[in-house]
Amino acid sequence: MAKTSTLSVAVQKSLDHYDLDVDFTCEAGSLTAVVGPSGAGKTTLIRIIAGLERPDSGQVCLGDTCWTDTDSGVFLHARKRKLGLVFQEYTLFPHLNVRKNVAFAASDQDRVDRLMSLFGISHLADKRPSAISGGERQRAAFCQALARDPVLLLLDEPFSALDAGTRRSLRSELKDIKSELDIPVLHVTHDLEEAEYLGDSILAVDHGHVSPDWFSGQMCSLRSMHSSIYQGSSL
Amino acid sequence: MELEPFYLSAKLAFWTMLIIPFIAAPIACMLAFGRFAGKSAVDALVSLPMVLPPTVLGFWLLVIMGPQGTLGMLWENVTGQRLVFSFTGILLASLVFNLPFAVQPLRAAFEKLDHRLLESASILGLSRTQAFVRVIIPNSLGGLAASSILVFAHSLGEFGVILMVGGSIPGETKVASVAIFEAVEALRFDDAFLMSAALVPVSFLVLVLINRINRRR
Repeated sequence: MAKTSTLSVAVQKSLDHYDLDVDFTCEAGSLTAVVGPSGAGKTTLIRIIAGLERPDSGQVCLGDTCWTDTDSGVFLHARKRKLGLVFQEYTLFPHLNVRKNVAFAASDQDRVDRLMSLFGISHLADKRPSAISGGERQRAAFCQALARDPVLLLLDEPFSALDAGTRRSLRSELKDIKSELDIPVLHVTHDLEEAEYLGDSILAVDHGHVSPDWFSGQMCSLRSMHSSIYQGSSL
Repeated sequence: MELEPFYLSAKLAFWTMLIIPFIAAPIACMLAFGRFAGKSAVDALVSLPMVLPPTVLGFWLLVIMGPQGTLGMLWENVTGQRLVFSFTGILLASLVFNLPFAVQPLRAAFEKLDHRLLESASILGLSRTQAFVRVIIPNSLGGLAASSILVFAHSLGEFGVILMVGGSIPGETKVASVAIFEAVEALRFDDAFLMSAALVPVSFLVLVLINRINRRR
């Protein structure tokens, strides 16, 4: 499959309290930040794109290739989509050391070494995931996802379990690296500032629907809150 | 005291312990993660040897493995040997009898695995078989060890099924439990006492080992 393909998603799925109905595209080389309140359907959306769940109806296509198309009954298994996914919690394999985790699905060992060096975890190669910090584990998870040379990168709140300092540092590393990735990147986050900092475009999802107003409303509230704090502290 | 029955019991337990994970692990995996019609029936079938009286299980195995039984005839055609009253016969019976004792701890270990690891494996391009070999098994070694030790201990004490399928042929099918039974029948109580006493510390040690493994898990 050729890279530099656009991800196009138009899916519907009935959830417990509402219906997920989302339609958007994400260009290759750009990062779309998916934001929304808890339970808005962001993770379900990512899981549908990854092929871990099926939508009730709709399509998930990368370029001309449809991975999911309910009309024609197409459903490509997750293992065949060749995508990278970094979950919120660490999902490194506990029985393998960091290098073996990163190289788990990689065909190019040089790429493994390059990525580990890029994310600054080369010195942790022989350590087990249980022996390294949360931030280091997420760095290794990023390397593992990218070592496969994926055609699409999905990030499901990858920084939410980290402390503020590590989050800032990883966020900035991701911003640097994303410019080198020639693939669509979808980044789910509940952190609006993170979405604004990293996202080339923002996809706000509220109660299962795309809701641009939700994001602008939340940003306004956030800015006015920051402004009041600033004014309060300067008094 | 006869030592040969102990050697045979240990040999039977060893081979059962060695072979059974290859049968039990895929079944445990199917029961832990599979979603298919008739799962309850498969589950019940696998657990059946645990609730059936050993003589009943032994009888049915004798029917299947006997000279007129499907498996017995097939075996005789291929090897020219009888399956019943042979070591291979009691080994097969032991595998059937021990299956639930191997499947249950393995299934519990598989169900305890973080489901996201399997999703990760899938995302990273692994097929179900590859995920089983590269992710599920290496992360369930405690369960595998507990299952193997339990099967070993259980095989040492087998009596009813072995007697039905293997009889009591010295050097071939006369295992320790059968030798103890025969000693009692022949009123050789000293022999029976010694042989029985020898089995107690072995079983005790095995249980201690299982408890230690379970605590580590």
